[in-house]
Amino acid sequence: MSTTPQTTPAPAAAGGTGTAPVLTVSHLKASINGQQVVEDVTFSVPSIGITALLGRNGVGKTSSIKAILGLIHRDAGTVELEGRPIHTLPTHRIVQRGVGYVPEDREVFAGLSVAENLRLSERDDHPRRELVESLFPDLVKRAQQAAGSLSGGQQQMVSLARALMNDNRVLLVDEPTKGLAPKIVGEVADALEEAAKTVPILLVEQNLAVVRQLAAGAIVLSDGHVVHTTDSATSFLDDDTLVTRHLGVGTGPAPKGA
Amino acid sequence: MSASTEELKDQHEGRQGLSAKDRLRASLTPPPKPGPSASGQPAARRRLIGGAAAAVGVVVLALLPLLNIQLPGILPTATYQPGALQLMALCMLMGAAALTYHLLIGVAGLLSFGHALYVGAGAYVLGILLERTGMGLVPAMLVTLLVVVILANITGAVALRVSGIPFAMVTLAFAQAGSVLVRRNPEGATGGEEGLSLNTEQIPAFLVGVSNTRNLYWLALAVLIIVFAVVSWIQNSRAGHLAEAVRENENRVRVLGLKPYLAKLLIFVVGGTLAGCVGMVHLLLQSGAVPRTVSADFTITLLVMVVLGGVGSRWGAVVGGVLYTLLDQRLTVLAQSEAIQSMPALFRVPLSEPLFLLGTLFVLVVLFMPGGLAGFVRRLSARTGGGRPRKDPVKVLEQAE
Amino acid sequence: MSTILLLLVTGIGLGAVYFLVASGLSLIYGLMGVLNFAHGAFLTLGALIGWETARIMGADSWGGFALSLLVGCLVGALLAALTEFVLIRPLYERHIEQVLVTVGLNLAAIALFEGIWGTDPVFIQGPTWMGMTTDVLGAQIPNHLFITILVAGLVLAGMVLFLKRTRYGMIIRAGVENRSMVTALGIDVRRAFTLVFTIGGAAAGLGGVLASHYFGYVSPLLGGSLLIFAFIVTVIGGLGSLAGAAVASVLVGVLQQFANYYWSIGDFVVVILLAVVLLTRPSGLMGRKVATA
Repeated sequence: MSTTPQTTPAPAAAGGTGTAPVLTVSHLKASINGQQVVEDVTFSVPSIGITALLGRNGVGKTSSIKAILGLIHRDAGTVELEGRPIHTLPTHRIVQRGVGYVPEDREVFAGLSVAENLRLSERDDHPRRELVESLFPDLVKRAQQAAGSLSGGQQQMVSLARALMNDNRVLLVDEPTKGLAPKIVGEVADALEEAAKTVPILLVEQNLAVVRQLAAGAIVLSDGHVVHTTDSATSFLDDDTLVTRHLGVGTGPAPKGA
Repeated sequence: MSASTEELKDQHEGRQGLSAKDRLRASLTPPPKPGPSASGQPAARRRLIGGAAAAVGVVVLALLPLLNIQLPGILPTATYQPGALQLMALCMLMGAAALTYHLLIGVAGLLSFGHALYVGAGAYVLGILLERTGMGLVPAMLVTLLVVVILANITGAVALRVSGIPFAMVTLAFAQAGSVLVRRNPEGATGGEEGLSLNTEQIPAFLVGVSNTRNLYWLALAVLIIVFAVVSWIQNSRAGHLAEAVRENENRVRVLGLKPYLAKLLIFVVGGTLAGCVGMVHLLLQSGAVPRTVSADFTITLLVMVVLGGVGSRWGAVVGGVLYTLLDQRLTVLAQSEAIQSMPALFRVPLSEPLFLLGTLFVLVVLFMPGGLAGFVRRLSARTGGGRPRKDPVKVLEQAE
Repeated sequence: MSTILLLLVTGIGLGAVYFLVASGLSLIYGLMGVLNFAHGAFLTLGALIGWETARIMGADSWGGFALSLLVGCLVGALLAALTEFVLIRPLYERHIEQVLVTVGLNLAAIALFEGIWGTDPVFIQGPTWMGMTTDVLGAQIPNHLFITILVAGLVLAGMVLFLKRTRYGMIIRAGVENRSMVTALGIDVRRAFTLVFTIGGAAAGLGGVLASHYFGYVSPLLGGSLLIFAFIVTVIGGLGSLAGAAVASVLVGVLQQFANYYWSIGDFVVVILLAVVLLTRPSGLMGRKVATA
C-alpha cells in the first residue's frame, strides 16, 4: 500500500473536535473499467456530527464513497473504521461492520414494497423500526406500495430509512437532495439532522444551503484529490475565493454574502 | 482524469449499466500491461520479426505436401500422403473459420451464436448449385458468395438492432432457423440429416479424388492466408478501429459523433462472407456438407477455438482452430486405441469421448489461463521484457479525427 | 374444434416443459448475469437418472414414476449447486467467463453422457394411464400432458410463493433489480447465487423427466434442442422475469404446435416471434430493464 508522502495533509479530522475519527481514508485510489477516478484521497471523518464532502461534478466524490464501500475497484490505499482496517473486506462485510449507505439516486428496489425494502435492510437483532417509523410516518402508510411507484422524495425517505434501520458506526450519504422539490429538500435535511444526533455522517451534497444547515466540517475534493479540509464548513462557504476556486460558480445558492 | 457524471451514473447502475461489450472486453482480455516499451523501435522490429516468421511459416506449410515428414501421434501419415494432408487442410480451414469468428468477437466484441449459419450457407448453397444447376465451379462460387453476402447483410442488419445477450439470441435464432431448414431437407435439396454429397461433375479434375488432396491442401492454405490478410486489413481499417473503440467504450464513440452501427454491420458482413468462403472450401475438402456445419454446436466450437487461442488475437484464433481440430481428430483415434479400450470403464468411458476431454480442457483454460494461449504467451514475453503495448482504440480514433 | 383443443393442450404441455427449463435460466440470468449453457446438462442428467430409477422401480408403476420425478429433481439440483460452487463462484463478477465455463461444462457433460448411455434415443413409457388419452369435449388428450401441466403449475406456484414470502426470495427479487445495492445493505448475495442455481437445476431436472415422457424417449441429446427453445422463451419473456418466462413458455409452446400442425413451420414461427419481440421490445415482454446498447 502506498505510503509515499503527499502534498495533501495527513489524515486530519475535519471536525477537529479532538476525538478519534470514526473513518480514516488514506491514499485511496480507485478505478472504474481501468480508468482512475479516485487518484489519491486522504481524509478522516470525525465521530460526531455531519462532515460534508464537497467538490465540483465529477471530481470523484461518489467514487470515493463507493471505493470506501468496495463497490468499485480499489487500487491502493487503506480505509479504517474506528482504527480497524476494512478495505480488505467485501462490500457486505464492510456494511455489516456498521457502515450505512444512502446511494446517489436512492436505488430503492422498485419492484419490492416499501415494507420489503425496509425488511431487507434489517440486519441487527433489534432493528430500529420505531425510530424509522417516527422519522418517516409517511412510509408506514405506504408500507405495501411498490417502492418504484413512490415520488422521488418518498424514495429518498425509503433509502434513508434503510440506512437508519441498523445501529451504524457511520453513514455515507450521497446527494440525498438531488432532484427533489425544495419542500422535500427541507424534510430530508431535517431527517439527516435528526439522524446525526446518533451517528456520524459523511455527506456528499451539492446544495450549499443544506451543507450550511447541517455540516460541521468539510472536505473538498478536486480532480480526485483532497484539496481542502476544514472543521468549519460555514467558514469555508463564507470564503468566496475558496468556494469559487473549488466548487465553481453557480454550483448552488450561496445565500450569505451573495 | 475525472469521470464525467454520465460515466459515474453508468457505473452506478452496476451490471446493467455496463454494456455487454464492456463486460466482454473487461473479462476476456487481460488488463493492458503497465510499464514502458512504448518506444517505436522495438515494435517495428517485432513487426519485422513477426512478418518474417509468418513468411517462413507459409513457405514451410506450402512445401509440406512435397516433403516426407513423419509426426507420429500428431499426423496419421507422412506429410505428403493424403491422410495427413486432409487433416492439415481441415486444421487450416478451421483456423480460418475461427479467424472469421475472431473478427466478430475479438474485434467488434459481438458475441454471435449464429456464425455457423454462414459457414453452412457457403457449403450448402454451393453444393446445391453444383448439384442442381450444372453451373461451373467458379460461377457457382461467385453466386454463393453473393447469396452469403445478402444473407449476412439481412440477418446482420436485423440482429445489430440489439446488442449484448439479445444480440446473441437473435443470431442464435437465425442460425437455428437455418439449421431447421437444412435438417428438414426441402425438396431433397439439402439431404436432411444425411447431409449433401458433393457432385463432382462440374469440379475441375485437379480438385477431385484422393490423389489430388494436396491441391485441396494448397487451396485451404490459400483460404487461410486470404482470410488472415482480409481480417488484418479490416482490423486496421477505420471501420475496424471504430468497431474496436465501440467495444471499449461505446459512449465515447458516440460523443465523437461517429455511428458505430455501420461499422459493426460491415464487420459482421465481412466475417459472415469470409465464413461462407471457408464453408465452400470445406464442401470441396470433405466432398460434402453435413447439418452440423449449420448448428449452434458448430458456432460454440468456433467460440471454444477462439477462447482457447485467446480472444482478441489473430494468430491465437488460428492456433486455437488448428489445435482444436487436431485434438478432436487425434483424441478420436486415441479413443479407439488398445490402451484405452482395455481400461476399466471408469477411465475408458470419459477418455473415449473427445468432446469430454476438449470441454474439460476448455473449462480449465477459462478458469486458470485467462487470455488463452495468446494471453499466456503475452505474459511470458512481458516477463522477459518484450511485449507490445496495446493501443487504446478510442485514442487511435480521436487522433484520426 | 377438437383439433384446436388438442393443439392447445399439447401446446400448453410443451410450454410447461419449456417453463421448467426457462424459469431457472431466467432467474439465474436475472440475478447473476450468466446465460447458463449447462442448464441443458442439468435437464439431461435429470432425465437419464430419472429414467434409470423408474426402470429399476418398474417403469409402469406410479411409484417408479413418482420416484423418477423426485430423483430427477434432486439430481438436477445437485449438479447445479455443484456447478455454481466449483465453476461459477471462482469467477465471481466475470460474467463472460462464467458463460464460457458453462459452455465447456455442457460440452463435456453431454459427451460424457453419450459415453455412458450411448447416442441413440431410448424409448420409454410411464404408468399405463399416462400412455392413454382422456376425452375432453371430443378431443383425445394424452394423459401425460395433464401431469406435465400440473407439475409445472405447482413449480410456478412454489417459486412465486418462495420469491414473495421468504427472505431469500426477497433477496433474489432485489438482486435481480440491483445486485450491488443488495450487497450494500450488508447481504452476502453469493448465497443467493447458489440458491438460484439449485432451484433452477431442480426445475430443469424435473423438466427433463417430464420432457422424456412428453417426447417419449430419453437421450443425451434431449437437453440440446430444449435449451435453445428455453433460451428463446427466456429472452421473449424478459430475462429475469419469472412471470415473463411463464407467459412466454405457453405462448411459444402453443404457437409452435399450431404452426407445426397447420403449416409445419413451428420452429420458424418461434424464431420470427423472437426477432419481432426483440426488435420492438429489446427487454422482452416483461423484462424491466433493457440491457443498454
